[in-house]
Amino acid sequence: MSETGVKNEQSETVLFDSAALKLDCGVTLNHVSLAYTTYGTLNGDKRNAILICHPLTCDQYPASENPQTGRDGWWTQAVGPGRPIDTDKYFVICSNVLGGCGGSTGPQTDNPDGSGPYGLNFPVITIADMVRAQNLLIDHLGIESLFCVIGGSMGGMQVLEWAAMHGPRVFSAVPIATSARHSSQNIAFHEVGRQAILADPEWHAGAYYEKDAHPRKGLAVARMAAHITYLSETALQRKFGRNLQDRESVTYGFDADFQIESYLRHQGMSFVERFDANSYLYITRAMDYFDIAAENNGNLAAAFKDTATRFCVMSFTSDWLFPTSESVNLVRALNAAGANVSFVEIESDKGHDAFLLDEPEMHATLSGFLKSAAKARGLIEGGRDHD
Amino acid sequence: MIDPKSAAAGNLAADRIDLKLIADMVPRDTKVLDIGCGDGALLELLVNERGVDGRGLELGQSGVNNCVARGLSVVQGNADADLSYYPDNGFDTVILSQTLQATQRPHDVLREMARIGNRLIVSIPNFGHWRVRLDLLAKGRMPVTGALKASWYETANIHLCTLKDFADLCDVLSLSVERCITLSRGHATAYAGRPTRRANLLADQGVFVLRRL
Repeated sequence: MSETGVKNEQSETVLFDSAALKLDCGVTLNHVSLAYTTYGTLNGDKRNAILICHPLTCDQYPASENPQTGRDGWWTQAVGPGRPIDTDKYFVICSNVLGGCGGSTGPQTDNPDGSGPYGLNFPVITIADMVRAQNLLIDHLGIESLFCVIGGSMGGMQVLEWAAMHGPRVFSAVPIATSARHSSQNIAFHEVGRQAILADPEWHAGAYYEKDAHPRKGLAVARMAAHITYLSETALQRKFGRNLQDRESVTYGFDADFQIESYLRHQGMSFVERFDANSYLYITRAMDYFDIAAENNGNLAAAFKDTATRFCVMSFTSDWLFPTSESVNLVRALNAAGANVSFVEIESDKGHDAFLLDEPEMHATLSGFLKSAAKARGLIEGGRDHD
Repeated sequence: MIDPKSAAAGNLAADRIDLKLIADMVPRDTKVLDIGCGDGALLELLVNERGVDGRGLELGQSGVNNCVARGLSVVQGNADADLSYYPDNGFDTVILSQTLQATQRPHDVLREMARIGNRLIVSIPNFGHWRVRLDLLAKGRMPVTGALKASWYETANIHLCTLKDFADLCDVLSLSVERCITLSRGHATAYAGRPTRRANLLADQGVFVLRRL
């Protein structure tokens, strides 16, 4: 048992040796591996599994320490014993995305042709490709249908793709702080980040692995720019204001005079210790390409036609990266598709990152939704827990 | 009189007796959309007691969050803007309780409801009630009654009507009044079809069951 009290934590890497993954870009990827963690116990009829889809820079450790980085689980507020995603009741699965750098196949993985790490020879992947790989994992675990697929931000995109591509396998879905398509503004921010990486001489056109280099500065700048989009002006003002960093007055130079500068620099520098620059390029690209309506001739509702999945959509008032209007578009399309959908906007001034933080109203909503879904699936009787 | 032991008598607020009436009018195991579902009291009753596949639409954020946390399928939105996104004939019954008078365009709301479902249940406060008439006539002031609690400057009720007005609008919209139950100080009277002139004077609210012609 780990410190978080999560029972039956298991981390594995599965190699799909026999299954070839046909990607959206046309390339077929062989020898795909996914690194994943599970918590809790799969029940006898394998109907209590929840798949958590992680956001851009997280990993397969939502409720436990990542042994490589030593970082705490990234969603311990929501996942664990007695938490909304209760690891004592549900079998919780989280896999590192295809293209990621947490052990799943990605640009830093060795190309099976023996030429060394893929680097830029790794094919461009999409959110749907990530879901295709996860679908192999669910097959591998012998699970016919998932009780719920849950995720925020890029994780929410995967949730929507799961519901659109594999509806019958998804009993319920919780897309949080996300969108059915990546907006122009969001693509713009990603492009700034990618250009910072590409401009770093240590990047070596993506072939930096064997040169013992890493475009740290470029990746750090990318992270700094992105990090601003995860917060809100109110939260930044409250936390840092115009406070100076360890000094009485400004220095008339370009040191980190302000606390916010120091904070961002720290965010950037610590990020490069745990993330691969090429992975960042590939995963941000996958998000940019995401547009579920486009996959259905511009009709978002058509993506969810005849869906039996129960949806719970959540957004946050101060999230300007994935604003409530994006969730409203999604909810309207789901209603048009006749879907069973709940939609809650949570009051918070913490910006996009709110979904990862202590937001009691979000947790109450998630608990209530999962409980009623569990009742509908026969996991609990009469709305009461029997465990 | 309403039977206090009826399934619908559950945990509803005493001043929302219309909800109990509505619940008893909804056939079991059907699909229902409750527009302006508030704290979800009616929806919860329908789902738990009548096996209804119930969905709600509510403007107030705290009401929505409360509903969803209790496991009800409710979305935040408003009747004027969001009904157009629901599919044709997606529901067996569409309910609008004590909400029509607060909408921007009541006739469009009713039209959308009739598109979404064949059977509508609409409850409204009656502006033709004698107390309302008397307040205006005798006091020369905008009425404040049990069914219309807020003063004119803070009320959300921007499109008030009498039971008669409402029945007339139903005619215009080709909606037949199948049943009407009027409430007068908690006492219910049922009518097959339109309410009478007497009901329009004595009832403080009315619950209409409508069907597309």
